[in-house]
Amino acid sequence: MEHIVIIGNGISGVTLARHIRKLSDKKITIVSGETDYFFSRTALMYIYMGHMKFEHTQPYEDWFWKKNRIDLRKAFVQHIDTDKKTLALDDGDLLTYDKLVIATGSKPNKFGWPGQDLDGVMGMYHKQDLENLEAYAPNNKVCKRAVIVGGGLIGIELAEMLNSRNIPVTFLVRESSFWNGVLPEGESVMINRHIKNHHIDLRLSTNLKEIKSDSNGKVKSVIIEETGEEIACDVVGLTAGVSPNIDFIKSSNIETGRGVKVNRYLETNVPDVYAIGDCAEQHEAIGNRRPIEAVWYTGRMMGETLAQTICGNRIQYKPGHWFNSAKFLDIEYQTYGWVFSKPKEGHAHFHWRHADDTKCITIEYDISTNQFVGINTFGIRMRHETFDTWLTENRDVDYVINHLSEANFDPEFYSHYETEVLSAYNNQLQTA
Amino acid sequence: MSLAKPDAINISTKQKVALAIGIIGLFILALALFNTNFPNKGVFLTLALGLITIGIVVYSRDAYLTKLEGIKNDGVWFKSISSRGVWGWIVGVILTTFYIVLYFYPQYLGLDTATKDHANNTGLVSLFDPLSQLLSGRNASQWFVYGALYTVAILAFGYKFILKYRHNRYQQIRTVSVMFFQLGFAFLIPEFMYVMNNDLPYYDLKSVWPLNYYIFDEWSVNGFLSNGSIGLALILFGIISIFVITPILTYKFGKRWYCSWVCGCGGLAETAGDSFRQLSSKKMSAWKLERWLIHLVLVFSVVMTTAMVYTYLGYDSNDFWLTRGVFIALVIGFLTVVFAGVMLFKRQELGKDAKYGAIGLFAVIAILITMHLTGTNENVFYVKAGNLRSAYGIYIGSIFSGVIGTGFYPILGSRSWCRFGCPMAAILGFQQRLFSKFRITTNGGQCISCGNCSNSCEMGIDVRHYAQKGENIVRSSCVGCGICSAVCPRGVLKLENDSMKGRINPTEVLLGNDVDLMDLVNQK
Repeated sequence: MEHIVIIGNGISGVTLARHIRKLSDKKITIVSGETDYFFSRTALMYIYMGHMKFEHTQPYEDWFWKKNRIDLRKAFVQHIDTDKKTLALDDGDLLTYDKLVIATGSKPNKFGWPGQDLDGVMGMYHKQDLENLEAYAPNNKVCKRAVIVGGGLIGIELAEMLNSRNIPVTFLVRESSFWNGVLPEGESVMINRHIKNHHIDLRLSTNLKEIKSDSNGKVKSVIIEETGEEIACDVVGLTAGVSPNIDFIKSSNIETGRGVKVNRYLETNVPDVYAIGDCAEQHEAIGNRRPIEAVWYTGRMMGETLAQTICGNRIQYKPGHWFNSAKFLDIEYQTYGWVFSKPKEGHAHFHWRHADDTKCITIEYDISTNQFVGINTFGIRMRHETFDTWLTENRDVDYVINHLSEANFDPEFYSHYETEVLSAYNNQLQTA
Repeated sequence: MSLAKPDAINISTKQKVALAIGIIGLFILALALFNTNFPNKGVFLTLALGLITIGIVVYSRDAYLTKLEGIKNDGVWFKSISSRGVWGWIVGVILTTFYIVLYFYPQYLGLDTATKDHANNTGLVSLFDPLSQLLSGRNASQWFVYGALYTVAILAFGYKFILKYRHNRYQQIRTVSVMFFQLGFAFLIPEFMYVMNNDLPYYDLKSVWPLNYYIFDEWSVNGFLSNGSIGLALILFGIISIFVITPILTYKFGKRWYCSWVCGCGGLAETAGDSFRQLSSKKMSAWKLERWLIHLVLVFSVVMTTAMVYTYLGYDSNDFWLTRGVFIALVIGFLTVVFAGVMLFKRQELGKDAKYGAIGLFAVIAILITMHLTGTNENVFYVKAGNLRSAYGIYIGSIFSGVIGTGFYPILGSRSWCRFGCPMAAILGFQQRLFSKFRITTNGGQCISCGNCSNSCEMGIDVRHYAQKGENIVRSSCVGCGICSAVCPRGVLKLENDSMKGRINPTEVLLGNDVDLMDLVNQK
């Protein structure tokens, strides 16, 4: 029986294992050193906030794995020998495979800041990071202030986490406005205001110079690059993005760049070795996507795709229309298709914002053809299927604006804003 | 009940003051319980209920209105009361004890059991006499005390819930609805009906058979029938409720129209029980137990009711067209038609459960025929029919729904009766699963498996199991409270009434993937 070994028990690896099991009888082993069982990484924040316990973040009960004959091996892989098709594990065992899948995800970026390895300095990615945070920031007496470095999705989640325990937060963002490399201006500044409304000390255009240590090797303060200001703190969260977690692969024959290099079939340069999820790097970017997509959904989709290939139906990874979502404190965000922070050449943005400053949408469209390119929506839920259909049908922006109510996914009895959006759209066209 | 969050951690001074006010109110009730004879009972009762309400209101305002609108679940699993900690167990024991005393030893609450009109109440019950006198001109019974406290709990904690979800109109409207039905239908209207006609049996119009298991008892039916057209209208309404109104509304809206908008048990669970919703078990084993238990209770209640009615019907069709034989034939015929209809139109949806359904049906028919063959004026199955009815009343009506269902809120979560025991929920759920427009729609591929939905499901449905596969949630137990949709951080879930087509949509590969791949695997 062919033995499939998957390194990593995140969404990519687990989705792959489940789909291989649906399609075949192959022997499947998942190796992970982080946890015994698959859990939802995106839910780690809710454990610290007390919304859930760790076991609630595990989508499958413990008996699931045995019942589906998916073997779990708790260990870190130290070396991959692709000639002998063997993995060396950190507990000294060797594990042989017929096909190997690397699905090891990401690790938090560190940019060589002085003091970045002190006690009390942490990312927010692995379960161990959460345990670390619980130790250094159990309450606002032990942790009188926390400083977060890096204004992205994980940064704002960490701010929300600390806020839930009334720990004062200073949030250092390199950019002039929150996540404005991705979000258009109007949305980004709305989120700036929302962050401040939560009494988070948001510092825009601010860089970290160094992290200072007390006499015990624990963080004492940070120094701001621009002003030289020293901010006393007990915890520093490093959330300046993530990069592929592939250090252990460097000693093997598998080609790596920033991530594990793969072709469209998710195959590496070595036969019978594949990579999926956050750690995979496409030789060439697919459409507007980045070569490395560190997103939950793409990891899952790669798992679904590769299962076909491994079970004898070799197919390419061909993601459909881009979509994503997140939540910024109390404001939900969804995106379908492409909306760039500044409209691409030949494109324009239509932006509408509600007076209460918690809801807005931005639509990107092509100026010459009027084709709808994508939508960002804040504080209003939209129907994935509807936008997926409209994108496939190449609808124009007028159609989308006039049929927006069909895509509304808010709970029943919620106020609707389609007429307001439509009149804003008409006004904007007249003035333009 | 005002001990919603007695933890001193992270609560403001104002919240501590509010807790103190509420506890003083409870203390007055406790003094009355231990037979303190208050001089001016009306004043002290007002004071007690007023202080409890003010405490909850002030506490809630400080807890929610000082923060921005949004999901307010911080620390739910840290607080002792809401995570089966010491406070959770203490409150559980107090509630359970209260229910045992209420159902089985009402004399300890001060009920005068010697006289029929409770002329000489003492203790807690006597404290409620002035209010009962005001509403219906008679002294309080233990059920009046219970009803009054129940109503206060739903109103005060309903207010708290409305503030907690002040960004969510579905939650607000739904809560106003349960508050209205509790205050009006369960509490005030029956009292006024008594004033108008004191021979009518107590009838909470919204309490439908089989939840209201005594409506077709002989004393109840006689009570109605001896009161002319009003009584007849009421008992007809009782029959129409379950056979006509309920199926229509459940078809259009799902069982939520009843369970989380109207029902009193549901009303308490959604308001006072809200802090405990996350405690329900999401294990597969709990689901299996649920399916057995709730349907067994349903069978028990159908057999029990049939037996009760059976014993007071005659043999001779000259007296009344509805004789025992006709009645048994009607019941068996009805059950068979329902089952045949399901097998004919919904065989697919039923799947493996068809076998259990068939076994269940034949078991019930066999029991009913045996009953007909062995039954006498008094006995069915060689025991008194009244005994069957008392057994149901004690084990299901009192112990299951009251002592376990509510007393165990802080241990089993707020809906263990609704989930494991309520025969009404079983009937509505059966219909919701097979003949209803209601579903919770999953939004394409947006689920991140975080588990907030499953965690907050009071009915113990593993919502995530469906959401992460892109499948709609069509479960018989779903009461449509909508909290899974509210807490979802990615906007994945929406409660909807839509067409029956495509309502149940098993998917292999989720939206967002290559269309060819989706076609390929979904074809199979």
